[in-house]
Amino acid sequence: MERVAIIGIGQTKYEREKKGETVSDLVFEAATKALDDAKIGIEDIDNVVTVSNDFWDGRTISSMAVTDACGSYGKNVSTVEDDGTFGAFYGLMRVLSGSFRSTLVVAHCKGSEGSNHLITNAIFNPIYERAIGLDSISSSALQARRYMEKYGITEEQCALVSVKNHKNAKDNPFSQIATDISVEDVMNSKMLSDPIKLLDSSPISDGACAIILAEERMTKKVTTRPVWVKGIGHSTDAYNLGDRDLAEPDALTRAAKKAYEMAGIQDPFREIDVAEIYDAFSYQELLWSEGLGFCERGMGGRLIESGKTTKKGMLPINPSGGVLSAHPVLVAGLARIAEISIQLRGEGSGRQVDGAKIGLAHGINGACGQAHCVWILEN
Amino acid sequence: MFRKNYPLLTISSEIELPYNYSLGKYGGRLVTELKQNGRIVGIKCPKCDHVYVPPRRVCGRCFIEMDEFVEVSNRGILQSFTVVYFSFLDPETGKKRPVPYGYGRIKLDGADSEFLHFLEESDFKKLKIGVTVEAVYNENRVGSFKDIKYFKKVEDGDPS
Amino acid sequence: MGRRVAIVGTGQTYHKSSRKDVNGVELIQEATSRALEDAGLTRKDIDAVVIGNMDHFEGINYVDTWSVDGNGGLYKPVMKVTTGGTTGTTVAIAGYYHVASGLFDTVLAIGWEKNSESDTTAAIITCSDPYWERPTFGGAVAGLAGTACEYMYKYGITERDAALVAVRDRKNALKNPYAHLRKQITVEEVLVSPMLAYPIKLLDICPRTDGACAVIFASEDKAKKIADKPAWIHQVSSRHNYTFLTDIERSGRMPTLYEACMEVYKNAGIRDPLHELDVVEMYTPSSFAGLVWIDALGVCDEGEAVRLVSDGVTEMSGEFPINPSGGVISTNCIGATGLIRVAEAAMQVSGKAGEHQIEGAKLALATGFGGCFWSDVLLIGSPRPN
Ligand SMILES: [Zn+2]
Repeated sequence: MERVAIIGIGQTKYEREKKGETVSDLVFEAATKALDDAKIGIEDIDNVVTVSNDFWDGRTISSMAVTDACGSYGKNVSTVEDDGTFGAFYGLMRVLSGSFRSTLVVAHCKGSEGSNHLITNAIFNPIYERAIGLDSISSSALQARRYMEKYGITEEQCALVSVKNHKNAKDNPFSQIATDISVEDVMNSKMLSDPIKLLDSSPISDGACAIILAEERMTKKVTTRPVWVKGIGHSTDAYNLGDRDLAEPDALTRAAKKAYEMAGIQDPFREIDVAEIYDAFSYQELLWSEGLGFCERGMGGRLIESGKTTKKGMLPINPSGGVLSAHPVLVAGLARIAEISIQLRGEGSGRQVDGAKIGLAHGINGACGQAHCVWILEN
Repeated sequence: MFRKNYPLLTISSEIELPYNYSLGKYGGRLVTELKQNGRIVGIKCPKCDHVYVPPRRVCGRCFIEMDEFVEVSNRGILQSFTVVYFSFLDPETGKKRPVPYGYGRIKLDGADSEFLHFLEESDFKKLKIGVTVEAVYNENRVGSFKDIKYFKKVEDGDPS
Repeated sequence: MGRRVAIVGTGQTYHKSSRKDVNGVELIQEATSRALEDAGLTRKDIDAVVIGNMDHFEGINYVDTWSVDGNGGLYKPVMKVTTGGTTGTTVAIAGYYHVASGLFDTVLAIGWEKNSESDTTAAIITCSDPYWERPTFGGAVAGLAGTACEYMYKYGITERDAALVAVRDRKNALKNPYAHLRKQITVEEVLVSPMLAYPIKLLDICPRTDGACAVIFASEDKAKKIADKPAWIHQVSSRHNYTFLTDIERSGRMPTLYEACMEVYKNAGIRDPLHELDVVEMYTPSSFAGLVWIDALGVCDEGEAVRLVSDGVTEMSGEFPINPSGGVISTNCIGATGLIRVAEAAMQVSGKAGEHQIEGAKLALATGFGGCFWSDVLLIGSPRPN
């Protein structure tokens, strides 16, 4: 693979409701910040990939709403309707093709404008599953239950993830829920869909994130702090929940294997210095850690208990506070890439992991992590 | 046991998906002006001077933030129109939209982009691109796009 | 341009107004298997899948993950790209970049729609601004009617002139076994058909169709092994400049299509598209658009498109054949429509178009049109590009 780098990143602050701003306003803020961060102008960008979802936006051709704000006037442009990690992947391909020097990738979502339940209910089979009332929370509860049952993972172990990540969020100026909580607080929080409780869940969020990917020559010209793409992989599991063992993140393992091979990583737990993974619910950080090969299958609970994934641990996971601390859908995966970029540049201030050289960012699509995308980045 | 021919079925779903779209401070300003003062405001690009209606934050051509609100006229030139004769499910109301109705793209005096609105006239034989049209407001304005009832043709000599 | 990329297989479903015999996933599977069969490949040979449609036409969120059984993507990389009417061409362009990037060798691109499953106009209305445009906007038919009205006014075009386009495309469709509407119509029939939105009448506009299309893209090494006559991708481009329906500039030809075409011609070294292109599969959702978009191809002076059509230049036997497949006016399964243009263009340059083959076609242009004047253009040819 030719060398491609992330040369600019921009995030809005993530909030429960950004009532005064349209999606277009959010996209402009993120895109402008990314350009300023890269110290380039929109004229240096030769193509744009936007990331949005028609259901979340309540709008057919949702990308139409942000055409002015994403700076694509007179340029080649396209839209990915998946998590931001997938959108960034398309942006990467466009640079790798040799047709473009630089791609601006920008994702937006205003979770506050629609109904989370109805929008995520629409992921499920309209004939056989929707009437059960499945949505992102209740389907994830099925997965959590299966995972806990199969491997003896406890609710307390899951709660530890929330405790760690909400604490980490206190050092992230963009995060939405930054607070010191205890395992008891999580255990006593409102039951949403057994075994998932309020503090096991990510919030509804508004926000946007942008990154700029550039070819090697341009990268060397414009920046002294590039973040290089070393490996990437994505993979998709079966659709029907009944066709999967929800405790086994096989698609993630395949996506990770591809990314590791490309990056020459043999022992991810030792070689990766920091990871930002898609913890929409507390149990997911454990389950995805297994899928990523950070520990053996079924050992996610032990991993969190060991303290090795705290900010000072051997492999800090979600020093930003993760998706549990801000969950603008689609944006969240791109924010993982942005946060890893911040880490690898050594610009994380309070959330900085000392000496981070190799980082992993991860995003998901569909119900219960049906599809995964894994990025390996290096400074 | 499966020798019979089974009918091909469909199932219907009547889900309503509610949304609360933000108008933002730019759109909100136009709505407020419509209600309080019966006037239309646009926004002017500091770089290319293009005046946009409805106002929004960014000039796409220049990728620059705009902040100069300008008043534009309630009168303008009809640039394009159609009269719709077929009915369809109106996503705004969940009911069939009444037809026929005319709507058009109006270039308001003082604006560069156009404004989409209903036309009083719904006989296409009586409509023509290039005619002058003027906003007719509802008596009770509530702060809505529909505070303008429609645009009607202005005959020569009508006072502006 | 990066690695050379070619189309090595295409597949379409038999298109109808309602395919109650299959659900969406099965419809997708039908097109996918035909494309694999055409290329002589199996699911194992596919490295990645790109798929697109418009969510609100079927009410399915995340169709890429939903359709995995039909799209062949189980445990493979699957991605959804979508841009409205242009979705099919956007999917094709994404398939091209997947391979050109060097990360994948054989990529399956799928576009599909079951328009029978919802109210198409209601769904399209929601592409416009929820506050400022939805109350008036009457969907694609009404939007295209506005464009038609402007064009008639500007160049003195008549409804009869436009009807020629519908008659030509519907005649061509008789030769395409996959076309949805296969019945000859006359200019008089178009003119007396029910008025939908002035000046567009029932026979001026595309139908609503259930259908899917799949196209397989391959790297140069693979393409040479898979296909006798690969359809090489020479250039791709896209433009989308506007947020509000009323933002389009009035000076000159339809700006986004014109810009995208000019970029493609320049990069491919085409100076005289009228004579250098052998066939065009154009996304013409209405008869009037079939005139307006010709102007934007840069093959005639502005407003002169009607002369090309009435002189027979765009007939299958003419100098500049447009839509030998019967075009969008004969078949419109929206998310697939653009991809069908690409598939048909590839079939023409590979000599696989059967009865609607343009003899000796070497260079074909496929275009896509979508919301707020989104334009995609692909140049596809039988000679290997430089
Ligand atoms: Zn400007």
